[in-house]
Amino acid sequence: MQLTVLLIILALLTVIGYQMGRSRAVASVGGRIVELHSVPSYHGFYVALWAGLPALLLFAFWGASEGWLVMQMVLSGLPDRLVNGDAQSLGLLRADILNLAHGVTTGREPDPEVVAAAERYVRLHALGDWSLLVIGCCVAIGGLLYARRRIDPDLRARNRVERTVNIALVICSLVAILTTIGIVLSLLFEAIRFFAVVNPLDFLFGTHWSPQMAMRADQVGSSGSFGAIPLFAGTLLITGIAMAVAVPVGLMAAIFMSEYASPGLRTWLKPILEVLAGIPTVVYGFFAALTMAPFVRDVGNSLGLSVSSESALAAGFVMGVMIIPFVSSLSDDVINAVPQSLRDGSYGLGATKSETIRLVVLPAALPGIVAAIMLAVSRAIGETMIVTMAAGLTANLTANPLDAVTTVTTQIATLLVGDQEFDSPKTLSAFGLGLVLFVVTLTLNMVALRVVQKYREKYD
Amino acid sequence: MSVQTHIPATAMPSRPAAGIHGTKMVARDVKVFYGAKQALKGINLEIQENRVMALIGPSGCGKSTFLRCLNRMNDTIENCRVEGLIALDGEDVYGKNIDAVQLRARVGMVFQKPNPFPKSIYDNIAYGPRIHGIASHRDEMDEIVQTSLKRAGLWNEVKDRLREPGTGLSGGQQQRLCIARAIAVSPEVILMDEPCSALDPIATAHIEELIDELRENYTIVIVTHNMQQAARVSQKTAFFHLGDMVECDDTEEIFTNPRDERTQGYITGRYG
Repeated sequence: MQLTVLLIILALLTVIGYQMGRSRAVASVGGRIVELHSVPSYHGFYVALWAGLPALLLFAFWGASEGWLVMQMVLSGLPDRLVNGDAQSLGLLRADILNLAHGVTTGREPDPEVVAAAERYVRLHALGDWSLLVIGCCVAIGGLLYARRRIDPDLRARNRVERTVNIALVICSLVAILTTIGIVLSLLFEAIRFFAVVNPLDFLFGTHWSPQMAMRADQVGSSGSFGAIPLFAGTLLITGIAMAVAVPVGLMAAIFMSEYASPGLRTWLKPILEVLAGIPTVVYGFFAALTMAPFVRDVGNSLGLSVSSESALAAGFVMGVMIIPFVSSLSDDVINAVPQSLRDGSYGLGATKSETIRLVVLPAALPGIVAAIMLAVSRAIGETMIVTMAAGLTANLTANPLDAVTTVTTQIATLLVGDQEFDSPKTLSAFGLGLVLFVVTLTLNMVALRVVQKYREKYD
Repeated sequence: MSVQTHIPATAMPSRPAAGIHGTKMVARDVKVFYGAKQALKGINLEIQENRVMALIGPSGCGKSTFLRCLNRMNDTIENCRVEGLIALDGEDVYGKNIDAVQLRARVGMVFQKPNPFPKSIYDNIAYGPRIHGIASHRDEMDEIVQTSLKRAGLWNEVKDRLREPGTGLSGGQQQRLCIARAIAVSPEVILMDEPCSALDPIATAHIEELIDELRENYTIVIVTHNMQQAARVSQKTAFFHLGDMVECDDTEEIFTNPRDERTQGYITGRYG
């Protein structure tokens, strides 16, 4: 409650600060704005930042440390017999205090000392909130007054405001980077735990995947073998089928859109094609499982082939359709980026349109097209839903597109769905698979970027 | 609109007589529209064989548009419409019997900005002969590449690096590469659209020298903003203004004794 009030007050103070800064800057030169170093609005922002930022920083610091601080104070007031336990009982004590403070009743009759501590906790907490409100307001008003006093025609307000904005931008980009690093690290640590149980070589080169672990000694059918080759092979097979669909179709569509379609048609066609990219993958999954897979099976049966009802072909085909807009949209952009002067040069030599496209435009756009395909591949490798729904879970080591196969992502999804114990290799193997997947797609993306940078023609 | 085309019986006095020059291309009442906007208002012009014709005039006067009509490059521009007659060796280039693709093999073009393909120097030259099936053997192709580069005065500079990308050459070399590329399909006419405007003075001098040499074998039409250049390289000059062809005469005549006051105004630098 106090926090909300504080935030509202801060918002008001920044608005007031902006107005004050602005008008004071204008007044300081008697309305002759040219004499100011910075435009009046920068003076306004300068004061507003001083009013809002320090208080916000205080707020953030408080939010991060308040709970720990209050708890330390509460614990220091408790008798030694409660506090002097091991780490586990101390944690239990903290949980008890927090539960009581928040009014959650546990089955046990609480120790009167603990009840007193909980009350103390609530009191300190409320006090802390009120003092935050008061201190926050003081800091904000202090900042505002300080900045207002500093306003002067020579104040380099623009430079200061821009530097602050710069720092904010850096922080925002750091958030993205740090999140990525955090995800990678958590993946890495879990994977290391997995590889402590299962030999990495067995994992990477074993040909038998059956992650069910025996829970009792006499249980049968649960070998707990973690050879991931069938998964990699399945991923490769489905990705291959998907690319065999997406690359030709996407590329041809891109060529049509950029070279043959009239501008009017293009403005219609491109967004429609891009709608394909907006369809949720789970919908593609329905389509693959309920329409495509039975269709493939029926056609196969009528040709006398034995087709599994969850064939790699159906899943791969639908995935290919899903990826078409990636290939076509990116390729269309790079084909459009090929300068008209190259086409003119080719036409001027008596080349036909198709010769020009084949011999000049496509080679010139090739690095970009390769990059588009690489991005599409990493997208296909990472795709989960379609395969889960249409290709099944059978870890077959096969190159036959009519068989059921499974992929790395599908296995990760099934391994982690539902209640899992996080100390069994079965669950941990998901992190091993995830790490491999991450390394593969990262490599692909990096190669794609390098290809683009290395072979990109610079058309000023 | 005044049209003053006359074919002199002798070449310009400053050059050795080269006999009578036949008419290579003729334009009769050529009008061009971009959508509703009229860019050319009825151009009449004759282009003589083995001579250099310079088209001059202020920006937007239609000289590039006219040039691009001569090999139907305007076909690639949407809602561009051409009326009137343009003939190459007496044959209507917009007629049913001529395909734009074949026409462009006979009437080559060099553009304002050097536009080598992102291929090797060799492949840049071999591009035209390959698509037209001119060379049947490797040796023949090597021969064509060498001759074209020699004619374009580039051979000595690039003979040791034919496999390197054409885009790695300097601007002037790139433009000569583009000229060599145009020569390689042995056209009859070469159109040049401000070929030196993106080049430094030394590269420009190179190209101008080259144009003078190429005149022996080809008919050349050059659009230029640089009047000294027109005076240096051309034998005939046509002055365009606001979609009209104001005056066409021997270059010397145009620059020393223009008949129209608009021409005089332009060449003396009063406008444009």
